[in-house]
Amino acid sequence: MSEVNSVPLAPPTAPGREHFVRSVLLNPLGLAAVVILVVVVAAAVFAPLLAPFDATAVRIFKVNALPGEGYLLGGDGAGRDILSRLIYGTRNTLLGALTVVVVACAIGVTAGLFAGYYGRRLDLVASWIFDALMALPAIIVLLALYQSLGSSIYLSMVVFGVLLSPGFYRLTRNLVQNVKHELYIDAARVSGLSDLRIMRRHILLVIRAPVVIQIAIVAGVAIVIQAGLEFLGLGDPSVPTWGGMLQDAFQNIYVTPLSLIWPGVAIGLTVMAFVLLANAIRDRMQSGGAAPARAVRREPARSGSSAMAAPADPDIVLDVRDLVVGYPDGGRDREVVTGVSLQLRRGEGLGLVGESGSGKTQTAFAILGLLSPGGRILRGSILFGGRDLAGLPEAGMRELRGRRIAYIPQEPMSNLDPSFRIGFQLVEPMVTVLGISRAEAKARALRLLARVGMPDPERTFRSYPHQISGGMAQRVLIAGAIACNPDLLIADEPTTALDVTVQAEVLDLLRDLQAEFNMSMILVTHNFGVVADICHRVAVMKDGAIVETNEVRELFAKPRHQYTRMLLDAVLEDGDTRAYTPRALPEVA
Amino acid sequence: MDEPVLVDCRDVDTFFGTHHVLKRVSLTIRYGETVGLVGESGSGKTTLGRAILGIGPVSSGRILFEGVDIAGVPPRERRGNAAAIQAVFQDPYTSLNPSMTIEDILTEPIVARGMATRAEAATRVRALLDQVALPVDAAGRYPREFSGGQRQRIAIARALGLSPRLIVCDEPVSALDLSTQARVLDLFVEIQERTGVAYLFVSHDLAVVRHISHRVAVMRGGEIVEFGECDQVTARPRHDYTRRLLLAAPVADPDRQAARRAELRAMSMKA
Repeated sequence: MSEVNSVPLAPPTAPGREHFVRSVLLNPLGLAAVVILVVVVAAAVFAPLLAPFDATAVRIFKVNALPGEGYLLGGDGAGRDILSRLIYGTRNTLLGALTVVVVACAIGVTAGLFAGYYGRRLDLVASWIFDALMALPAIIVLLALYQSLGSSIYLSMVVFGVLLSPGFYRLTRNLVQNVKHELYIDAARVSGLSDLRIMRRHILLVIRAPVVIQIAIVAGVAIVIQAGLEFLGLGDPSVPTWGGMLQDAFQNIYVTPLSLIWPGVAIGLTVMAFVLLANAIRDRMQSGGAAPARAVRREPARSGSSAMAAPADPDIVLDVRDLVVGYPDGGRDREVVTGVSLQLRRGEGLGLVGESGSGKTQTAFAILGLLSPGGRILRGSILFGGRDLAGLPEAGMRELRGRRIAYIPQEPMSNLDPSFRIGFQLVEPMVTVLGISRAEAKARALRLLARVGMPDPERTFRSYPHQISGGMAQRVLIAGAIACNPDLLIADEPTTALDVTVQAEVLDLLRDLQAEFNMSMILVTHNFGVVADICHRVAVMKDGAIVETNEVRELFAKPRHQYTRMLLDAVLEDGDTRAYTPRALPEVA
Repeated sequence: MDEPVLVDCRDVDTFFGTHHVLKRVSLTIRYGETVGLVGESGSGKTTLGRAILGIGPVSSGRILFEGVDIAGVPPRERRGNAAAIQAVFQDPYTSLNPSMTIEDILTEPIVARGMATRAEAATRVRALLDQVALPVDAAGRYPREFSGGQRQRIAIARALGLSPRLIVCDEPVSALDLSTQARVLDLFVEIQERTGVAYLFVSHDLAVVRHISHRVAVMRGGEIVEFGECDQVTARPRHDYTRRLLLAAPVADPDRQAARRAELRAMSMKA
């Protein structure tokens, strides 16, 4: 039964409703699925109007008749019209599937909602019960029940629904657990909404799409199982169903092999339509409304004019010229960096400042060769150590990264693998990159940990990432970054996630290390305080371009560009504080 | 100190299991006042805010709101003005339900309290959007169509829906860009001056807190280490920890920053 649980758990970026339905229909497979399902449902609803004959009317001379002779699709083993039985069978088959879905959904979603929302003991008990249900072998239970309860296929389907409810339970419970800590749920509680209304208004909205997918899949499974049971003769023989027709056709397979095809096609098409519909909805959810972005290989940019027109100044470590970075956007490239030029001397710290969306991180990632999928360098050159990184294939970049160019990320914790000890994560790259022995690498790692200010390097070396604080994790990453004495260190908001006292310590460490190793450093940040603390020069970015590059003192004292001035004005400085004027008690409402 | 007090927290203790997160915290907020609450992560500042909101636990102690003890009373069971206490949270990307329209988001508190029918609430939405300087046609749109600063304005509008006397603001500007941050802070001040609402303004950023607060409380390890007038706490702190916090935040001036750095280093040496 495990296949029914394989539904994406990520909460959807739920878009507007009409929008959602329309985009599912725009997907060709989604449209085909919907068309098939509409036809099937119409056949079920209007069966008495559509069926040319009574589904149970027996005509002896039509037993196993071939298609065409009065019966469009021929007659079955008892002389009944196959087409009519197929149409009426739709009704019974869909009712059976509906029973399964309603029962499974009602039990599973309700229990999942409450267990996920309230957690604790309720969750424990419910999970225990549903785990036990899941462990039951469905087919055997159904066969046993047939023995004791008789031939009603609906009763079997109710039981089957109960057996499938753990899928809905687990899906719902996990989704609810994901969303219940969202701030908008807190806001709803502060607003005074009752738990039931929070579930109805907020949580159901989020879980509806995954549950609809699950329903589509379960409906398909239910049809197959139902047909299987009836094929085994466990259905009510007086009611026309697809499974029953299969059984009848199978008994006459040597007389009219063709009869087997019709119910088979009906089952196959309907199940396929359910699965395709589920896929279409899932695709829509995962793309979050945007057209699916195709990953474009990082192509070497054409750097015509920059053919090694490198400056003679040997002091310049990095020379970026007219860098343009783009992401595909509807057939064209959307440029996020629109011609950035910057130079970095040995031992110099350059601050790359700007607001979100200014392109500062994209510039840094382009230098590192770590653009997100789809992104590529469209024009310009990045000269580093006599080579143009803009045209360098990934293999060449890999060789440079970690050896001559190092990187410190914003979120230290997400850059450490939680399942490996810190020592291993420091030693492994050194062994691969520097080709030194494991023992040598360990000694070096311990020295580095001591250098970045770990009070007990041995202990940190043996720790897992969750056992250390965020500030310590950032020190570990710094230790890893400087392990190979890089020429260039690129730090992307390295202290933004840290507390202010820890930030001060990490900045101190970076400043000392930079001087000690005479490293060049690019520091991407939005914080002018950090810039003032650690940078020699500053480049201010806006809308993908640098609007001003200046010495740090000059920039703060005499900003040249209007935009820089605006940003500096927005910095909250020690002005006067607000004076409190006691208010008269607001009049009683 | 005969001034009427809006919120009076007295010896509030909170345990998470055996973990003592709030230690006999006492704090007052006057009518129309902003009390800044600063501290580093894990200091308990958010826990105190949630306790006042009624969505976090209180183990012992009292939280008097206009004289009535609301400690441990969930928002739904609060009455009168205590029921109108609202919140603006840090992350404007997760504090608004992505699948609800702005109108649905803004009318939620009003409808939940039975203060208006949906139709009346709809007219209220226009007024609320106007208060936070957003266009009226925002009502029918979804949160994803707005920038971070605009979303925070929507969150503020939602909080204003019940005409609250107190809004608990938990890091409301720390996810915003510098220039956006300044504008949203101005909006907070402007709304306070117009409506007389009081703020408990939780933040890790002393500069932000200094800009908006009348009084400031500094928390560390679940305790309030210093509580006083804004200018005194943020310019002439008495407690060593406050001084360290103050010096640790880098200022946008290379020379002054170098001096502060030296001072902080000297302090750490002594410690």
